Amino acid sequence: MTRSTSDGGSESGLVLPRYLQEDPALRVPVAFPDYRSTGLRAPLRTPVDLPHRLTEVTGPVLGADRVTAADADLTVRTGGEAVGQRILVHGRVLDSDGRPVPDALVEVWQANAAGRYRHVVDTWPAPLDPHFDGLGRVVTDSLGRYEFLTVKPGAYPWGNHHNAWRPAHIHFSLFGRAFPQRLVTQMYFPDDPLFGQDPIFNAIPPAARHRAISRFSLERTQDNWALAFEWDIVLRGTGQTPFETDDDGDVA
Amino acid sequence: MNARIDPLDVPADPPGPFQPRSGQRGSGFLTGPLRLGTTPSATVGPYLAIGLTWPDGEQAAAEGTEGGFWIRGRVFDGAGDVVPDAMVETWQADPDGRFPSPEDPRGPAAYPGFRGYARAQTLTGEFAVFTLKPGRVPDGEGGLQAPHIDVSVFARGLLDRVVTRIYFADETEANAEDAVLRSLPDDAARQTLLATPADDGYRFDIRLQGEHETVFFAV
Ligand SMILES: [Fe+3]
Repeated sequence: MTRSTSDGGSESGLVLPRYLQEDPALRVPVAFPDYRSTGLRAPLRTPVDLPHRLTEVTGPVLGADRVTAADADLTVRTGGEAVGQRILVHGRVLDSDGRPVPDALVEVWQANAAGRYRHVVDTWPAPLDPHFDGLGRVVTDSLGRYEFLTVKPGAYPWGNHHNAWRPAHIHFSLFGRAFPQRLVTQMYFPDDPLFGQDPIFNAIPPAARHRAISRFSLERTQDNWALAFEWDIVLRGTGQTPFETDDDGDVA
Repeated sequence: MNARIDPLDVPADPPGPFQPRSGQRGSGFLTGPLRLGTTPSATVGPYLAIGLTWPDGEQAAAEGTEGGFWIRGRVFDGAGDVVPDAMVETWQADPDGRFPSPEDPRGPAAYPGFRGYARAQTLTGEFAVFTLKPGRVPDGEGGLQAPHIDVSVFARGLLDRVVTRIYFADETEANAEDAVLRSLPDDAARQTLLATPADDGYRFDIRLQGEHETVFFAV
């Protein structure tokens, strides 16, 4: 879509997009000393620049056939209803050129309302919920929109430093249309008092932190049912504006 | 009180004639290209198995596909310890050098039984991916790349994925022509990207740190 083929036979004439990298001053570093686990895991050498060739400008088509409507409702599992504050989380997946990313697989996972994950490694004394497994999957629609229903996750301690608590968050994993658009991230909630002491949140450069925080949405909140939070996710674009593409019919 | 002092008689500032502020008055928002800030990445954390497990995740090619083999390997940290909570994802061309992706400008391919993408966790100490040998893909400069697989590694303790490539040690001639391998400073660096033949396929270990740190790429 954002490239053209200049000739029919020879493949050396392909013009490929280069997906833009975020301003280095606004990117999350792979290592952050206050987050102790990065010490032995984050590579120490400077990564080698890899020009985007065919393997990098393509990506798998995943989604529709591995996602059901029930995957978007995390509040009903194993024949019962999860305990906690019901929330609708919704937003759009866009690229940095402002284009919606349709048909994108969005996978989410989270702790239950008490801050406990259904995972053998998580053994802190908070209750498990028999009707909550913490897994959701959705595929964005033709406008890049997504929505799922869940319960608000609790904060949890994690031992990184004395009295370390993760702010409430939902883990997100996204595939765009190409390899550079792969993103794993975490969505936070507005005004969390735990932000100040959390090195995973504070590893985000200050000017970009607001991008990781959802917005309370009164207009999408459902009377007598659920609160709503809105969070748009922006994947890397190619620097080409929607008006330069030839792949959609909605450009006036 | 002296009646000739008027607190409201303020001299002109600046004293000279009016000069409008030079340059742009706005933020530049309307004259620059539309650019949204990208969402910051975050670690997958220790509980990635909840969200990222698929029954067929390890299969870039369906089980039993002719020519299929396993790539197995471990992920090591800077102390030389095996990382048991990482996830490795792979993406590659099919044996004809085509991709099952609408973004391939040559058109999407549909090689029987082939998805091109796999994800595998390292819970047992090693990851395993079932796949086919990728074909050679144009390098955009008139040549062909050696068979290769793009790899993302995610783990607790990595605030972003790290990216590397798998090449095949038994593709000596193709490797010698490969633009990416040739751009690396020395054989020791190239060596970290070579999968070596094993019983049921290949072995490819990833070293996040240390003397033999794997070559990682900025994409
Ligand atoms: Fe978490």
